[in-house]
Amino acid sequence: MSMNGEVIAIGLDQVVGACAQKKAEGYRFVTMTCTAQDPDTVDILYHFDKDYELEHLRLTVSRHAPLPSISDVYFAAFLVENELQDLFGLRFRGLALDYNQTLYLDQEVAMAPFCKYTVEPGNPNTA
Amino acid sequence: MPLATIPFGPQHPVLPEPIHLKLTVEDEVIREAVPALGYVHRGLEKLAEIRDFHQMIQIVERVCGICSMMHAMCYAQCIEELMAIEVPPRARYLRTVWAELHRIHSHLLWLGLFADAFGFESLFMQLWKIREKIMDLQEATAGNRVIVSVNVIGGLRRDLSPDQQQMIARSLAEVEEELKRLESTLLEDYTVQKRTRGKGVVSAAKALELGCVGPTLRGSGVAQDMRMLGYAAYNDLAFEPVVEQDGDCYCRSKVRYREVYQSIDLIRQALARMPEGEISTKVKGRPEGEGIGRVEQPRGEVLYYIRSGGGKYLDRVRIRTPTFANVPVLVAMLPGMYLSDVPVIVLSIDPCISCTER
Repeated sequence: MSMNGEVIAIGLDQVVGACAQKKAEGYRFVTMTCTAQDPDTVDILYHFDKDYELEHLRLTVSRHAPLPSISDVYFAAFLVENELQDLFGLRFRGLALDYNQTLYLDQEVAMAPFCKYTVEPGNPNTA
Repeated sequence: MPLATIPFGPQHPVLPEPIHLKLTVEDEVIREAVPALGYVHRGLEKLAEIRDFHQMIQIVERVCGICSMMHAMCYAQCIEELMAIEVPPRARYLRTVWAELHRIHSHLLWLGLFADAFGFESLFMQLWKIREKIMDLQEATAGNRVIVSVNVIGGLRRDLSPDQQQMIARSLAEVEEELKRLESTLLEDYTVQKRTRGKGVVSAAKALELGCVGPTLRGSGVAQDMRMLGYAAYNDLAFEPVVEQDGDCYCRSKVRYREVYQSIDLIRQALARMPEGEISTKVKGRPEGEGIGRVEQPRGEVLYYIRSGGGKYLDRVRIRTPTFANVPVLVAMLPGMYLSDVPVIVLSIDPCISCTER
């Protein structure tokens, strides 16, 4: 099965630059997908489309690492980044609009639904 | 003039589903809009952990009541590609017929709600009366008005008999005739144009930059329609994306109105070329790997990402629905508009919050 397009692995320090490059090349931001690899690692895919062709950036990273938001590059990313904060307990720095893990979840919810670990909203040591 | 903050939604007469907008206004003019979600989040993606990949069809059908068939079709196509299953040609054509019936009923539902949003009650009732014919067709052919549960992995569970195909053709002729009678009312009426032209304008460049999809994108002059990918039977059918140029509420409604005619034409083409044969393939084994499927729903592109380790349960099902992609552009449409235009502009993206939150 193909991903209907090329998948390029990137590192944490390349995220914003690689997304800015995609924007400069005329790609539409489609969405991001996060999958928990293990309790400490997540796999994040950034999906882009141009002329019906998809391209993906793959970032495999520790869930504890603060992630750079790409909402300054693609404003549309703010919603999915907030969703990932809720569902996977990730933390994005520099979000254009940060709901602080309350996009879907109530403030008293302390468990990221897609991960088997506890998240304390606002505490960088657990999120 | 000092700024004031006005809440719009989650309960509002024009909103069929709950979304909240925090509107910062100066006098009657919107200066900023901040959306809030979370009223109908159901965690459907998480259910992939306890429902096997066949059962997930019934789950994804319930992501959205309006385009249930297309969610199932997109999911099934993604799994079929993962498992290298060749779907029989007749099943591909039947999927196209039901998908386009869904598009017609969704667009008519929206056109009615849109008319209601600017206070044209009789137009709203006329459009929903026409829509009933499509709902009757869905019930007669699939056994249900809304959740048309026809898809399975490998094809379909239902066929269309020659009598049913004739019934569809007859009903579509009636729908087309009745729509033509209403066309000038929706598209040429002075009052309708005053309420919709020049409202919530988005340029093509801005729409693309904000990740916009579907009729909202095509209303801004971008000819992007995922049916051009050629899934189901679309590769065999003649059509071009419906595009309007001005990027306002009027153009978004005109795109949808024209797409109803286009869907009628696509169904006619599919029925005329319907091949004989099986409607499903026996499925052996389990999916393994990762893949992406995309389908053009009434509101725009839906994306399914599926990852499986070869077990009974999928590791991940990720669904990016069209309204999710259109919320950022909605936020960009509102500043500079009058407060009285907010209901019309919000409805112009055809928001489906049930889809968005899953």
